[in-house]
Amino acid sequence: MYSYSDFDAAFVAERNRQFRAQVERRIDGSLTEDEFKPLRLMNGLYLQLHAYMLRVAIPYGTLNSRQMHKLADIADRWDKGYGHFTTRQNIQYNWPQLRDVPDMLDALAEVQMHAIQTSGNTIRNVTADHFAGAAADEVADPRPVAELIRQWSTDHPEFQFLPRKFKVAVTGSPNDRAVTAAHDIGLRIVERDGEIGYAVLVGGGLGRTPMIGKVLNDFVPQADLLPYIEAVVSVWNLLGRRDNKYKARIKITLHEHGIDEIRRLVEDRFAETRQAFNGADLALFDAIKAQFAAPSFTKRPISDFERAYESDPVFRSWADTNLSDHRAEGYAITEISLKAHGATPGDATSDQMRVIADIAREFGHDELRISHEQNIVLPHVHKADLPVIHARLKSHGLATANIGLISDIIACPGMDYCALATARSIPIAQQIATRFDELKLEHEIGALKIKISGCINACGHHHVGHIGILGLDRAGVENYQITLGGDHRADMALGGRTGPGFSAEEIIPAIERLIGAYLDVREGKDEPFLDTYKRVGMAPFKTALYGAEDAKRTKAA
Amino acid sequence: MPKPFTPKVITANALLSGEVVYLTADDRWSPHLSDADLLTDEADAQVRLLDAEKRSHEVVGVYLVDMVPGADGPEPTHFREAFRRTGPSNYAHGKQAELKRSA
Ligand code: HEM
Ligand code: SF4
Repeated sequence: MYSYSDFDAAFVAERNRQFRAQVERRIDGSLTEDEFKPLRLMNGLYLQLHAYMLRVAIPYGTLNSRQMHKLADIADRWDKGYGHFTTRQNIQYNWPQLRDVPDMLDALAEVQMHAIQTSGNTIRNVTADHFAGAAADEVADPRPVAELIRQWSTDHPEFQFLPRKFKVAVTGSPNDRAVTAAHDIGLRIVERDGEIGYAVLVGGGLGRTPMIGKVLNDFVPQADLLPYIEAVVSVWNLLGRRDNKYKARIKITLHEHGIDEIRRLVEDRFAETRQAFNGADLALFDAIKAQFAAPSFTKRPISDFERAYESDPVFRSWADTNLSDHRAEGYAITEISLKAHGATPGDATSDQMRVIADIAREFGHDELRISHEQNIVLPHVHKADLPVIHARLKSHGLATANIGLISDIIACPGMDYCALATARSIPIAQQIATRFDELKLEHEIGALKIKISGCINACGHHHVGHIGILGLDRAGVENYQITLGGDHRADMALGGRTGPGFSAEEIIPAIERLIGAYLDVREGKDEPFLDTYKRVGMAPFKTALYGAEDAKRTKAA
Repeated sequence: MPKPFTPKVITANALLSGEVVYLTADDRWSPHLSDADLLTDEADAQVRLLDAEKRSHEVVGVYLVDMVPGADGPEPTHFREAFRRTGPSNYAHGKQAELKRSA
């Protein structure tokens, strides 16, 4: 795994020292809030509804056990004994005191972590496929290039005051698990005639104006990648609408100028940036890549796994939902669900973090990943160890067998924490999970992604949920709008609105009716919700939601 | 015609803890909405707001917000303020924990 160079360590230490002084100056009154706010945001410190919130980057979602232990210690010492893992591969602490934040940042630095560029108009924490380095379907590990981009972008002098935030995601596999088409730049590693390169998508984003990223270049060779990305950011940095923050993201720039014009400008700029790069980036890339070398996998019998699978139905059910194919024989990618029925999606207590860290150290080559779906991944475990791992997880409430099912919901913090929210999201997620667990229907329903946001900023990715739920404020009452048919994968699709929204009391029964309609019209268990929706369209679902008469009326409207 | 002025309180977050606070009649910051001064005069409210905004060494994000008089002091008219006065709904954290302890 990537380890800080002396330069990185000195850089983070210097930033923390500066921030400590800034906090002191804020407290003693020599900085006003207007002066302090951009500084605290640059260091990941937000003010939410009830308290400050510290957002810590987990670059490309990768952690080792020591780092996870530190996250647990920080939660105990300076927060309320838990942390919230987010769709952006961050961890958020919801209750820090302003005075403690510099100490928290120093504690993070001890394990080479930080909160830099988790906020503000900069190039943000680069996200990557959470199965990176492990997936059977991978062309190449996306993390080395994510780290290369992180190093190039961190404190890049040209890009500290961009028109708006800028998000980059990388997938190394054709099965895009990193939602690359919803990012300002999405990179997809591809192979052409034996050469590794990148398909570069630009202008994706969710939020107020959701847009699907477009392919700007279908093959950028490794040697050209950084100068090419620099050209993209540089073109946008000049064209981006600084006059209006709702029009500042590159998706709007692309929309206003058109992909062909942007491509031409990028090519022009690329001719210049390419001269400025002298090949040092390639040497750096090779050095980084060496640090992401795969662990040495062993060959062992998997009979322990098979025995448990045959004899223990609880284990089997968990193995069926929570495991994915690993590239090494005998291994499995194991997802630990942070979606126990009725719990807050993405939350882990400090005890749970420690249990997970210890399992990773003992059985998982000391590697962990955080998925954008707010679960934790043990990327490399041998199947023979899974019965023991499962038993341990189970005794700490971590063996919920629901990955990819209806209760594996993405939910943003919503109005329980977020100052921008128009409605709550967490309780809706809790109630849906609890309800379908009571009905014992979730395995029958099969693959289904529900994603919930508490306002149009779409931090909960509702646009790309098979069922999306958007919480709004309608005349002082929480109101939930449903979208159907969104898809977060490589061929990304935005969901379509069903019609009028539902109150907090009505939304759970409404979801139940939707699912009832799906079970009625699907062509058997092998047709997942999204496929049924694509086959039959919105009509039966509208009828289920609004009744036959009203469904017709909303269609006419 | 201008809209008639509706009663309001002044609220903010405490600088050090981030906790929600309300301005009292004697210009203290209280964590309890029941202690807040319900302002019924628009001119008074504006002056108090300007003064409160100057106290940036104590609080962050000062604003005026609608409330109605209740049996135990001002009551929120909007659910956002109801959450601010209580805490999150997924855990008994924040004010509701403090209130339970002192009850
Ligand atoms: C205090 C908490 C938060 C604030 C103030 C906040 C703010 C915002 C804003 C303003 C946007 C819209 C940006 C734009 O379109 O220009 C946004 C988008 C987004 N945020 Fe958050 N957010 C918060 C928490 C979170 C959390 C917890 C997550 C992860 C679970 C998250 C992930 C995202 C994602 C994925 C997007 C949409 C992607 C996009 O705009 O392209 N945010 N956020
Ligand atoms: S979607 Fe809205 S409510 Fe949810 S975290 Fe983002 S900004 Fe807050």
